[in-house]
Amino acid sequence: MSLRRPAKNQPENFEFDSSSLNAANKIVSKYPEGKQQSAVMALLYIAQRQNDNWIPLAAMKYIAKFLGMPYIKVYEVATFYTMYNLSPVGKHFIQVCTTTPCMIRGASKLVEACKEKISENECELSSDKSCSWMEVECLGACVNAPMMQINDDYYEDLDKEKTLKILEQILKGETPKPGSYRGRINNEPENNRKTLMDYKNA
Amino acid sequence: MLKDQDRIFKNLYNDMGSDVASSQKRGDWINTKEITDKGRDWIINEIKDSQLRGRGGAGFPTGLKWSFAPKEVGSRPHYLVINGDESEPGTCKDRDILRFEPHKLIEGCLIASYAVQAHVCYIYIRGEYFIEGQKLQAAIDEAYEKKLLGENAAGTGWDLDVYIHYGAGAYICGEETALLESIEGKKGQPRLKPPFPALIGLYGCPTIINNVETIAVVPTILRKGGKWFASLGREKNTGTKIFCISGNVNTPCNVEEEMNIPLKELIEVHAGGVIGGWENLQAVIPGGSSMPLIPKEKCETLTMDFDSLMAEKSGLGTAGIVVINKDQDIIKCMARIARFYKHESCGQCTPCREGSGWMWRMLERMASGDATKDEVDMLGDVTNQIAGHTICAFGEGSSWPVQGLLRHFKKEIEKRNNLDPIVQKKNNIPYLVDQHLLDKKNA
Repeated sequence: MSLRRPAKNQPENFEFDSSSLNAANKIVSKYPEGKQQSAVMALLYIAQRQNDNWIPLAAMKYIAKFLGMPYIKVYEVATFYTMYNLSPVGKHFIQVCTTTPCMIRGASKLVEACKEKISENECELSSDKSCSWMEVECLGACVNAPMMQINDDYYEDLDKEKTLKILEQILKGETPKPGSYRGRINNEPENNRKTLMDYKNA
Repeated sequence: MLKDQDRIFKNLYNDMGSDVASSQKRGDWINTKEITDKGRDWIINEIKDSQLRGRGGAGFPTGLKWSFAPKEVGSRPHYLVINGDESEPGTCKDRDILRFEPHKLIEGCLIASYAVQAHVCYIYIRGEYFIEGQKLQAAIDEAYEKKLLGENAAGTGWDLDVYIHYGAGAYICGEETALLESIEGKKGQPRLKPPFPALIGLYGCPTIINNVETIAVVPTILRKGGKWFASLGREKNTGTKIFCISGNVNTPCNVEEEMNIPLKELIEVHAGGVIGGWENLQAVIPGGSSMPLIPKEKCETLTMDFDSLMAEKSGLGTAGIVVINKDQDIIKCMARIARFYKHESCGQCTPCREGSGWMWRMLERMASGDATKDEVDMLGDVTNQIAGHTICAFGEGSSWPVQGLLRHFKKEIEKRNNLDPIVQKKNNIPYLVDQHLLDKKNA
């Protein structure tokens, strides 16, 4: 289990803005009548997006009311799943996978790059307050190891130099192109493809 | 090597695009009605004949699972749930299906829903796969537009709605009952079985849960026939499988191959060989991190299917092959896997919650050579205390890799850790320190 605590400084109020509200209503309609509690995960995620990438306690209370469920049940869900940030993170949130398949291909170099460019410790804001990074468990792109995720996008086939470059771009406010950084296409074996060649050349 | 014509996922590398039109060129959605017109029993029997086994790790026969759904729909509706919570380290096959072959999955959903009489299908995708989820959603939207989903889906006379439910970073939600809890909006903690989900599942209703890859191969099996699928691989381990080859190989990749393919062929042909040559191979994790590793000597002749790996006291699992060469510290690799399990334990059962952290701390010390002689046996003891004493299979999943390490690399651990606690009194051995005191650093 991982230890997760809500932030000390909490805003007093939280409310969905109109676009969040629309999205929330759409999600509730996906589930059978009376089972609106199912929407809690998606709603927490919407709240996180609206609130600069983290979920304050006020949002949990708001969602509990919105779905007609006890606040403690929302709190339980928010503290159980690790993708809900309970304290502020950077606008650009960098997650470096360091589980074994990435580790043996040099994920520690990516961590070094993050330490150099962003902050000495994980979950700490960079000096311009725009970024933070953390080590995470397997992100499910093992054949593209080592890799990291910045907000929604995967950056794959990295090494230290490439990571530094990506982080520089992020700090400058640019959006680097996601995907493989060795120029290979998706998950195919690099320069060694032996299958489905007719389709490749079609 | 498998012939291209026998490959099911022809767009595995996205050469052709994933929209309806290009999927139809590959044979999806062309005669869905003809398939469903043959009836439920025919579909289930054909899947039984194909001997398809679930691709999510456990390898349960799919046709049999479907036949557990009640024959008549009673007062409670049936549900189909697709497990796309792919989080097993070493595995990234479902990601490519979601991105590049979404229509194989959606058509599979329709046929499977028809077979188990479900009108609603939830596809559970791990939260990190947000982009993949969006691609799947676009495919679902297009399917609705072209009347392949919704009322009278694809002209089959069957109504079906497909929804995506995102997870939020919990490995345990890949366990089927934890996944149901998660869809119900609760913590992802597994349920006791029985009752099995086929009778009491999502919202207490009959629910069939299948892996993404399992469902995505169904339409092709029904088109080409169960016999065709059964002719590939070997008895009870039939068909094709997407293998993910990662780690210390020259060209890590995903590739669809026949079951029972030699491991060496996968590594040498598709993955470009081990970095530093075959002689530099140390061990292979054959089926995602929870399967015990296999040392080099056995890799020479090993074939990749459920039963032959079981005979080696390992398993095919999700077919995520992690190759570890001699440049790596094998104890450290396993310590990192133990840390993964410590992080992902849901905390419901005490042996797993406490034991997973205990294993990790011991392995970390063993990696740095700070453990005592006795601890090596104690580690084996701890794994036995966890495996089989938990509600779900996470207990086994977390202790098997450690047991595999002890089985094949015990000498290496003992060589590095020869402290005698009686002689070295100064050595502080924190056997039983409150886990949370130690956790602060890695919270």
